Amino acid sequence: MRSTEVQIKTADNSTLIWERRRKWRASVFGCVLIALFALLSGAAPEKRLSVYSVAANYSLPLVQRDGRDYVGLLEVLEPLGRVSAKGEGNKWRLRYNNVQSEFQVGKTRARVQDREADLGSKFLMENGRGLVPVGSLASLLPRILGGPVSLHEVADRLFIGNVATHFTASLAGDNPPRLVFHFSAPVNPSIATDNGILRMTFSREPVVGPASPTLTFGNKVIPSAAYSESNGVATVTVVATAPVLATFGGDGRTITITPTSAPAQSTPATTTPAGQLAPATQPAATPTPPSAPVMPAPRRYFAVVDASHGGDDHGETLSGTLLEKDVTVAIARSLRQELESRGITTLVLRDSDANLPVDQRAVFANADHAAIYIAVHASSSGHGVRVYTALLPIGEDDRGPFRSWRTAQHDVLPLSQSTAASVASELQKRQVPVRALAAPLRPLNNVTRPAIAIEVAPQGSDVSQLTAPDYQQLVTSAVATAIAASRDQLGGAP
Amino acid sequence: MIPRHMVIALSVLLAAALGLSIYAWHVRKTVISSPITAAHDTRPLAPPVSGPTVPVVLFVAHDDDGTLRAESAQIPMPSGRQQRAEELLRALISIYLDRTSPHPLGPGADIRSVFLVDPGVAVIDLNEAFADTHRSGVLVESLTVASLIRTITANTQGILKVKILVDGKERDTLAGHADLSSYYDVAAVNQLTTELQPGQ
Repeated sequence: MRSTEVQIKTADNSTLIWERRRKWRASVFGCVLIALFALLSGAAPEKRLSVYSVAANYSLPLVQRDGRDYVGLLEVLEPLGRVSAKGEGNKWRLRYNNVQSEFQVGKTRARVQDREADLGSKFLMENGRGLVPVGSLASLLPRILGGPVSLHEVADRLFIGNVATHFTASLAGDNPPRLVFHFSAPVNPSIATDNGILRMTFSREPVVGPASPTLTFGNKVIPSAAYSESNGVATVTVVATAPVLATFGGDGRTITITPTSAPAQSTPATTTPAGQLAPATQPAATPTPPSAPVMPAPRRYFAVVDASHGGDDHGETLSGTLLEKDVTVAIARSLRQELESRGITTLVLRDSDANLPVDQRAVFANADHAAIYIAVHASSSGHGVRVYTALLPIGEDDRGPFRSWRTAQHDVLPLSQSTAASVASELQKRQVPVRALAAPLRPLNNVTRPAIAIEVAPQGSDVSQLTAPDYQQLVTSAVATAIAASRDQLGGAP
Repeated sequence: MIPRHMVIALSVLLAAALGLSIYAWHVRKTVISSPITAAHDTRPLAPPVSGPTVPVVLFVAHDDDGTLRAESAQIPMPSGRQQRAEELLRALISIYLDRTSPHPLGPGADIRSVFLVDPGVAVIDLNEAFADTHRSGVLVESLTVASLIRTITANTQGILKVKILVDGKERDTLAGHADLSSYYDVAAVNQLTTELQPGQ
């Protein structure tokens, strides 16, 4: 009897202990869950830098050091070209294509291609990673990449090359009103509405705002819209007094906002194929959709002027102190000025002493869909100006869906030749000796738009004439006049 | 007693011997201090060509007016097709290496070999000195390329494409401008040659 009681007590005790342990475990688990929830809900969103380029659009995490935003420079450059980096002691050496850069831990200055560059803040190295202040990218990258770079520092958005997507907004009709957004490239934003506000968030597209961030339409239903950007994304907010719908059209280049009397649907607009009605009522918590299909970007610059050579590629040594790469930049700048004074938007591809591979020059020109590509060369031999077009194989028209990189110029060669003839004729009018020829000169054959090259030689035997502003202007104004005269013909090129 | 005329003769001979010794020592020093480089080596690479002298057409570049002119020449030609192509280009290059050259090439510029590959491909292998000492410029390099290709194709039947190598390897450009990365289409080069004729 006694032994039975003891057994029962023992069983009760073990049940009690097990019960206590279970409660303790449950309370610990609950506490951990609460702590995790509190931690996650209270944590600030990770800061990221959005990078937009012809090669790729990508986003990189930022780290905060000494109250400043830093980014890994190697990570920024990796998707853009051949890049390698090596840390040696407190030095960090970076090589991008043929451009060498050297950074030193704790120093605010770096050397890019043997020239000093100001970082604005200290260079840091963590586990072999070279970190630079985000603000320094605006001055560092043009020298490393040899092309234009635009940094929206406050919004953590970096535009490499002329990749920005612009938009216009116009109100059509009055009852019901239609607000139409036209984008210069296909877009696919995530869309959400909240109490009469429709918000389009562009996290992958290089959308940039209009001159004025706030647009007013003077309509009771859709009174205004606003553009803003922060933490790597751009947002367009449409203020409406009634529920509105977003409709995609024009191959993703047009978004139309219209009021609807029907209650809001719950389908996220971002998953709606372009061209169909997209009810826009859900919060923008949906994951970012994949980018819009690749479409040819619209023309942003009419002319792309390429100052040949650069960096360690000096071109011809014109005299003891004069290098071709320096003369080509000066002539390219003069040509830009002449073209822009005739209302032709112009991009100078190499506006600094950077080495830009010929393939990359062609990629920039092709991606920009410019109406005309003009490569600038200088020479000490001969007299006057030579105007070149690509020397392509005859009768090797590679028909089919794929075009060979080596003969990419094929379809537009006649237009290039007629433009070269116009340029030669204009130079002749100004008494400049000129010849129009074909030449085995890259990247003329890789450019898909009309492409010519000019090789400027002195009129006499004095090579220093190549640096004379009046001679440069004589040549560039003739070239610009010829381009302006061919504007309609070039503008209509495929 | 040594006669006076003997003393004078001995003195003159001694002075001449001393002078020649100093000159020989100076010449030796100069030769040692400047070893022969590839670019300055004028020693023959191949035995002299034997064969009948035949008329050929060489397309010679002229820098003064930027033209390519067809010039007739008589050169001894070996029997092999490939060797004939090499001799043609050597004859052309010898014009460019001459002191009065209309299109000067750097010292030591030469052809290493020419390969004629069927169907219709010629590979011209230039030596390193040819490219390294070549002047830079679109026209000046285009003239060289057109001159080489047009000369070889005008005298050798059946060539449709030409590839130019430097020291057996592919090179991006000749001297910063003329593209050497691809094959040259002979028809396109013929058209360029027409553009480069005087009066065009």
